[in-house]
Amino acid sequence: MEVKVMKPILGGNQCIADTNRRDFAAHQLYLINVMASPGAGKTSTLMRLLPELQADHAVGIIEGDIASSIDAEKFQKIGVPVIQINTGGGCHLDAEMIRRSVPELKLAPGGFVFIENVGNLVCPASFDLGEDLKFVILSVSEGDDKPYKYIEIFERADVVILNKTDLKPYIDFNDEYFRRGVRALNENAPIFEISCKTGEGVRELADWLKQRNRAKQAC
Amino acid sequence: MHEFAVTKHMTELVLNEAQNAGAAKVTDIYLAIGDISTFINESVQLFFDMYSKDTIAEGAQLHFRRIPAEFICRACGQSFTPRGGDNFDCPACGGLGKPTDKGHEFYVEKIDII
Repeated sequence: MEVKVMKPILGGNQCIADTNRRDFAAHQLYLINVMASPGAGKTSTLMRLLPELQADHAVGIIEGDIASSIDAEKFQKIGVPVIQINTGGGCHLDAEMIRRSVPELKLAPGGFVFIENVGNLVCPASFDLGEDLKFVILSVSEGDDKPYKYIEIFERADVVILNKTDLKPYIDFNDEYFRRGVRALNENAPIFEISCKTGEGVRELADWLKQRNRAKQAC
Repeated sequence: MHEFAVTKHMTELVLNEAQNAGAAKVTDIYLAIGDISTFINESVQLFFDMYSKDTIAEGAQLHFRRIPAEFICRACGQSFTPRGGDNFDCPACGGLGKPTDKGHEFYVEKIDII
């Protein structure tokens, strides 16, 4: 006997993500899902961003890693509350993990929650966490062709951050080719160029984030 | 690795649907997978064999309907599948393409049960 199903395979995760979005909005939290390949500078970007935000907002981190707590310890050292999730080999975080972790941060209303996803440009793209913004960070040393190879993640990004721009003089990174690829997939995501080495561009990104957070809380 | 988690979701969905339909066994599972989703048939099969062991879906045949990515040209409206993987330009006029829903599919279409 044939049974028609026609149901999305990740429908269960989507359902939890939708609930997360409602619940965290009720608690006036602003969630940002930070996605990038290993080594693109997720942790470094956050280490640069946090001091720009902390004066005006509570900030907490959910740290996703396959194993280890190296990154979590860096945030603890600067006094930022952090929840470590070790996926035990899993290549991404899912909405249920976020649902369990966010309340443990005990953040004040108006706070930012940065979710540092597992380093990977493929799997995290498919799993909605219930976040307000998806960050995709790419470093110039990874190459200008990444939007053409990792379609889904650039398509779903709300913000694209190009990191390690201080290395541009040493690398054949074609800005125009990169931007054309991003724009084909994504008309709206702003592209911020930053350098975690020099700090260039970080304040502009922080100001933009604060503005977005305020706009959400004003709704 | 990606398929590890999603195949678990897929197997749970299938078992749930089969139980609701009062199935004794699932013989066939029909999946629609868009190429942009990046899931590989062989990996889905491998993890399915693992997750379905000792369930009513054990030994079920997986059928994959792969759906190519479809882009549409912003300039001339032509539909096309990006070729070569190094650009999203329209093969007809060179305009910038834009993704459509086609190629993102990832769902269970139907199952056969006895």
